[in-house]
Amino acid sequence: MSTTPEVSASADVAPAAHRKVDMQQFGIMLALAIIVVLFEIMTGGRLLMADNVASLLQQNAYVIILALGMLMIIIAGHIDLSVGSVVALLGGIMAIAMINWNLPWPVACLLGIVAGLLVGAWQGFWVAYWGIPGFIVTLAGMLLFRGLAIVIVGQTIAGFPNGFVQVANGGMLGWFGFMGSMDIFTLLIGVVATVGFVFSQFRSRQRLLAHGLSVEPQGLFFGKLIAISVLVLAVGWILSLSSIGTPYVLVICGVLVLAYSFVMSNTVFGRNIYAIGGNIAAARLSGIDVRRSHFLMYVNMGFLAAIASIVTTSRSGAAVAAAGQNFELDAIAACFIGGAAVSGGVGRVVGTIIGALVMGVLNMGLSIMAVDAAWQQAIKGLVLLAAVAFDMLQKRRGAAA
Amino acid sequence: MSVQAARPEFVLEMRDISKSFPGVKALSDVTFKVRPGEIHAICGENGAGKSTLMKVLSGVYPYGTYEGQIVFNGQECKYRNIKDSEHDGVVVIQQELALSPHLSIAENIFLGNERLRHGFIDWAQTNSQASKLLTRVGLDEHPDTKVQTIGVGKQQLVEIAKALSKDVKLLVLDEPTAALNDDDSEHLLDLVRGLRDEGIACVIISHKLGEIRAIADTITVIRDGQTVGSLDMHGVEPVTEAMIIRQMVGRPLDNRFPEHESQTGGDLLMEVEDWTVHHPVDTARRVVDHASINVRAGEIVGIAGLMGAGRTELAMSVFGKSYGRDISGKVRIKGRDVQLNTVQQAIDAGLAYASEDRKRYGLNLIDDIKHNTVSAALKKIAPKGVIDKEEEAQVAEEYRKKLNTKAPNVDVVVGTLSGGNQQKVVLSKWMFTDPDVLILDEPTRGIDVGAKYEIYTHINALADSGKGVIVISSELPELLGICDRIYTLSMGRITGCLPRSAANQESLMELMTKEKEEIVE
Repeated sequence: MSTTPEVSASADVAPAAHRKVDMQQFGIMLALAIIVVLFEIMTGGRLLMADNVASLLQQNAYVIILALGMLMIIIAGHIDLSVGSVVALLGGIMAIAMINWNLPWPVACLLGIVAGLLVGAWQGFWVAYWGIPGFIVTLAGMLLFRGLAIVIVGQTIAGFPNGFVQVANGGMLGWFGFMGSMDIFTLLIGVVATVGFVFSQFRSRQRLLAHGLSVEPQGLFFGKLIAISVLVLAVGWILSLSSIGTPYVLVICGVLVLAYSFVMSNTVFGRNIYAIGGNIAAARLSGIDVRRSHFLMYVNMGFLAAIASIVTTSRSGAAVAAAGQNFELDAIAACFIGGAAVSGGVGRVVGTIIGALVMGVLNMGLSIMAVDAAWQQAIKGLVLLAAVAFDMLQKRRGAAA
Repeated sequence: MSVQAARPEFVLEMRDISKSFPGVKALSDVTFKVRPGEIHAICGENGAGKSTLMKVLSGVYPYGTYEGQIVFNGQECKYRNIKDSEHDGVVVIQQELALSPHLSIAENIFLGNERLRHGFIDWAQTNSQASKLLTRVGLDEHPDTKVQTIGVGKQQLVEIAKALSKDVKLLVLDEPTAALNDDDSEHLLDLVRGLRDEGIACVIISHKLGEIRAIADTITVIRDGQTVGSLDMHGVEPVTEAMIIRQMVGRPLDNRFPEHESQTGGDLLMEVEDWTVHHPVDTARRVVDHASINVRAGEIVGIAGLMGAGRTELAMSVFGKSYGRDISGKVRIKGRDVQLNTVQQAIDAGLAYASEDRKRYGLNLIDDIKHNTVSAALKKIAPKGVIDKEEEAQVAEEYRKKLNTKAPNVDVVVGTLSGGNQQKVVLSKWMFTDPDVLILDEPTRGIDVGAKYEIYTHINALADSGKGVIVISSELPELLGICDRIYTLSMGRITGCLPRSAANQESLMELMTKEKEEIVE
């Protein structure tokens, strides 16, 4: 969960634009809740079974990881179509490093990350310093890196060291013992996360009040606090019953989400991305180095593609040239479901994570129900369209009000 | 011109036209009458309402959005769009040419008006009719030529050919020669004379008074959205440029400006010397031509010039080379030579530039006051790359109070503010960079009188705190009301520098309309 201070205005003075933003966030959360309840019923209660929740996270961690980088690029007004191919290529490189060169798996992962940074620098170079739109550069990258992946991964490479396989299949279990069948460590993480969340929310609210800035009405604030606390505790409770405890990928995702929330809302780099997406000409005339920002955001995407590649390759236990198919589309969809604007300048990490969870729950629920893959894709397409249409409807209403 | 007996006295009569925009009355009871077969010029300062009047005529502002009556060829007109007015033979050629650069000349001439045969384009007819039209306007190009490959002067002729293809009866040209060189201008004006002799009435909007005197039969002067009067160029008394200028600027001055006494004789803060800038696309054209200006501490310096004189181009090219190419010249700040190759370097050197177009270049409209306020000096509140959000909120709030920006708090999205309050956010943003010299480009454009007064007060306060302020403005009374010294710019050159005591609207306008050959090297 994010610790970003809520930017919102109290009811009596709030301008229309702000209420809109809040409604939007609220709308996505509601949509997620509805989808979860719907699948819980349709799967006969299997969706929220402990091991299913654990594998939902493990199977869909890549969406969250990639969406964090994609969000940045979309906010800046670009797009990255190449991440699926990059995931395949980097998976191949790490597999070769482990199997053919016998490197220890952490070294192989590091190698993958370096390769990811290089790929990002390559694409960032063309976007930032040649002024080629990201759409075109990454369309080329999609073909280029998929091609390279096929070249280096002739046939499936498998047989990874156990440590590597554990990354996306294992978890922290029994570190502090058990309470009945519940893992105490996992419960503890849930409690700590909840306390941290509540504390940070109170602190940011107090800060806003101290500066005379507007805050949410108290009822809404406490309602939100309780709802999210219950949610986090519930996830902790369910996971504590799972056979792996806290999945490692949950930790990876948690750290990344916190870090990127911070980067996007509290650093100069993040602010520059919003400024560029909001009005690139004004950003230039404010002294922002637009090219550098463009370059760095693609390098960052390369880094996250490497992390996603580690998780996916570990999860499947093998590197194949066809890995990461359509990953870019999942990540892009997560951003747009989460309220990012195609025209740039708008988008938040919290929304994107919820968007990614919507995609994840859909993937998982439909799989449990044994829906044919072809239909899964069709349904996901319709959900994306519905989410964005709903968003447009709200914006139009906001504008009319 | 003699009026033929069979025709009505006027081909076009616009009676008591009024047009309002939110907060501004752009036209009020304007009356404008054109005789058949005459060239009628409209003169007025920037923003006087000339282009608005022509947009009312052509249906860009449809019937019902303005008050008054338009009578064309004896019939009352209620145009809903451009198509309606063109159907009657009223064609307006806009200042920014409306050609599609990747299409051919012939395709452009018949755009939206295609020559068809059985519902498909008849290329033979398209090209042969285009050829005839091109001969008529004296353009020696093949109809197949892509429009982007010919120069601006020739593009202007294509526009006229396009108008002729629509069986034009009244042709309106908005600043037709603004972007043309002397030869092209001369050719264009000859062509317009030819059209008049064929019986087509022409309305021409221009800032170039010499040109107007040479070509017009009648001149109507518009000032502040009102008709000032009409001058008959063939009357007994010859019309001089001075007469036109007096009518253009002669509005009464009330105290719309705060009292202010500047401390003159401060240290030189910025000197720009021999500054030359070329057009980014048409690289042979000098947009700023060996200009030199300076500003002292505590001084408010104005730059006056008509549209296209190079005011904004001068400012933006100095501000981190944000405009133009092949820039040469020197900039000295506090006596030291500086290289300002990027905006960041300019800001670091103590320069600030608030654009004339705050929506396009000044603000991130979808973000809030707080973020916009700190956006040009983020470093100040984020020493290690991490933004101190408390300080950010404090700074934004401090400037909101100081400039009296009307918003409930600094979380308000800038796009929802009024123009005056947006301008205050822009000022806050640049004041927070703590510059030595502020260049304010049209600081009061599109904002109401009350907010203008406040902006002037802040400008005075900035000067009193020892900063140098450069104000670029199209409104001469504004420059005369707040500046200590005013430079005039014409066709990229500095044509004069008058202290406030010696300047008046007439003297400034005279310097602003100097054409190239008149400028003493």
